Amino acid sequence: MAHHHIVEIRGLVKRFPMGGNHFTALKGIDLDIEIGEFTGLVGPSGSGKTTLLNIIGGLDAPSEGTLTVLDMALAEKNHKELAALRRHGIGFIFQTFNLLPVYSAYENVELPLLLLGLPADKRKAAVMHALERVGLTDKAQSRPAQLSGGESQRVAIARAIVKEPRLVLADEPTANLDAANSHNVMGILARLNRELSTSFIFATHDEKVMGYLTRVLHLVDGTIQREELVEHPQFLEKV
Amino acid sequence: MLTLKLALRNLIGAGTRTWLNVLVTSLSFVLIIFMSGMYRGLIEYAMRIMIATEIGGGEYWHPLYDPEDPLSIDDAHGLLPPGIAAQVAQGRAMPVLVIQGSMYPNGRMMPTLIKGIPPGQQVVDLPTGDLALPRTDRVVPVFIGTGMAQSTRLQLGDRFTLRWMDAEGTYDAVEAEVVTIVDMENFKVDRGQVWIPLARLQQMAAMADEATYAVVSRETDLLLDTGSWLARSVKHLLQDIVQMVQADQAYAKSMYGMLIGLAALGIFNSQVLSIFRRQKEIGTLMALGMTRSRLVGLFTLEGGLHSLLALILAAVYGGPLLYLAASRGIPLPYEGADIGFVMAKRLFPVYSVGLLVGTTALVAGIVTLVSYLPARKIAQLKPTEALRGRVI
Repeated sequence: MAHHHIVEIRGLVKRFPMGGNHFTALKGIDLDIEIGEFTGLVGPSGSGKTTLLNIIGGLDAPSEGTLTVLDMALAEKNHKELAALRRHGIGFIFQTFNLLPVYSAYENVELPLLLLGLPADKRKAAVMHALERVGLTDKAQSRPAQLSGGESQRVAIARAIVKEPRLVLADEPTANLDAANSHNVMGILARLNRELSTSFIFATHDEKVMGYLTRVLHLVDGTIQREELVEHPQFLEKV
Repeated sequence: MLTLKLALRNLIGAGTRTWLNVLVTSLSFVLIIFMSGMYRGLIEYAMRIMIATEIGGGEYWHPLYDPEDPLSIDDAHGLLPPGIAAQVAQGRAMPVLVIQGSMYPNGRMMPTLIKGIPPGQQVVDLPTGDLALPRTDRVVPVFIGTGMAQSTRLQLGDRFTLRWMDAEGTYDAVEAEVVTIVDMENFKVDRGQVWIPLARLQQMAAMADEATYAVVSRETDLLLDTGSWLARSVKHLLQDIVQMVQADQAYAKSMYGMLIGLAALGIFNSQVLSIFRRQKEIGTLMALGMTRSRLVGLFTLEGGLHSLLALILAAVYGGPLLYLAASRGIPLPYEGADIGFVMAKRLFPVYSVGLLVGTTALVAGIVTLVSYLPARKIAQLKPTEALRGRVI
């Protein structure tokens, strides 16, 4: 099982304290994600998709249930081990890009490789390759403030894939982009999915994103209500 | 190495924010050193000026002489013991005779001490040269300090009546002329006294060859055998100031602590704000796989580098400023004599190695600590909370 499933979730429950009570954001999720999937967690605000994404990324801990990501059972891991998992195996793309404002595009993309302790020559080659994949080699020395929203998100994508992780988690990656930039970004991600065999999990309620997904999990009130396997996604063939 | 690299990158990248923080910290360095140097300079100046103008390398006192008791002056005069007389003959000491008298400047009567000093003496820095100028009249040449000139409204060349009682108990008077007015910066050799040639005073008071005390030059050691006279070392003569400084230690320390506290508050404010504003950045770094300990190390090191940069900046602009203040002095607007303290018209701050090193270490430590504490607090957040930039 572990050889095929990059993510394996059983009976996952997540509760948040709220006043004297608890709010249950995820109510017994069972889910397997296979290598190379282009999956979306789709649902309205408050359905639990970001919470599930954060738990898969080891940024948050489940209240109940078991969770194996990249062959690592997360429930038993401490902060250091979870940080190592993220450092080596997971890339993150955020809705608000989360680029470090004082770094250039190049330095932002280089950061994950610095954390991995790669030598300078390898870092340079990998950063330039990643920027090339997102079409931003000419903006390598630009600061985030000098980039448009679309360009910023492409830098964030380059940062997520520069170490060629096995899993990329993208939380509403197109929420701050216009239609053209959304398609541009999703096209880049779909190509990377094909070229790198990286698994992608999106949390989204953007229909444009859904048009690229090969698997759609509909979350409502903390449960997966429906699952769709899309054989021919609407926009994927144009990529 | 990675932490250092990232810390440097963050500092350089932050540009204005970094330099504002560094400027605030460097101002703290310079101000604390300057203020403490002023205080130390005040004390050291008082000691230096007293040694230069008053006590030289020490004094010999007539056994009945007590400078704190004006009534002792009437009886405190006598011949110098042979050893002291020998030092005087060699020019390594000078006798001073003190008697009580009164003066009548501009028709007013004022009690005064009349002090006889050898004209042209080189033992202390008192301007006795003009006392040695030959005169054709019987007018007594006098030098006074600016403080005395101010209180008596006497000017150079003014004449006044000087009245005294001699050793036989007879009152006499003579006309005196102000030949020198000098700012001696030491109210103890200025206020309430006039200086005249020693031989003339000995003659006026019928105290031939007698003195009240003798001052030893700075290069001369005090004699062990002083006969019946009392040897008073520099340490003894400065003990009032030393005791005052010792009694003032608590105040000086609390003042230093207050300055450090104010500086710390400013630094804490800017550092904490700066770090808390970067919560989202911290969350992003966590998501990218940075460990909590490395995060805390990164922000603490940034704080440390801040203080290092502040130190360099303080040295660049503060060094010359502090040096200028120490070499040219700072004019003071008040008169020290009014508060019973030898105080310079210009104050020269003194910066000890301990002050420089101590202040530097303390401020650097505070900056590092106030970087460490908020960074540790944020690093303890869940990454999801840090990513939301939730204010703690």
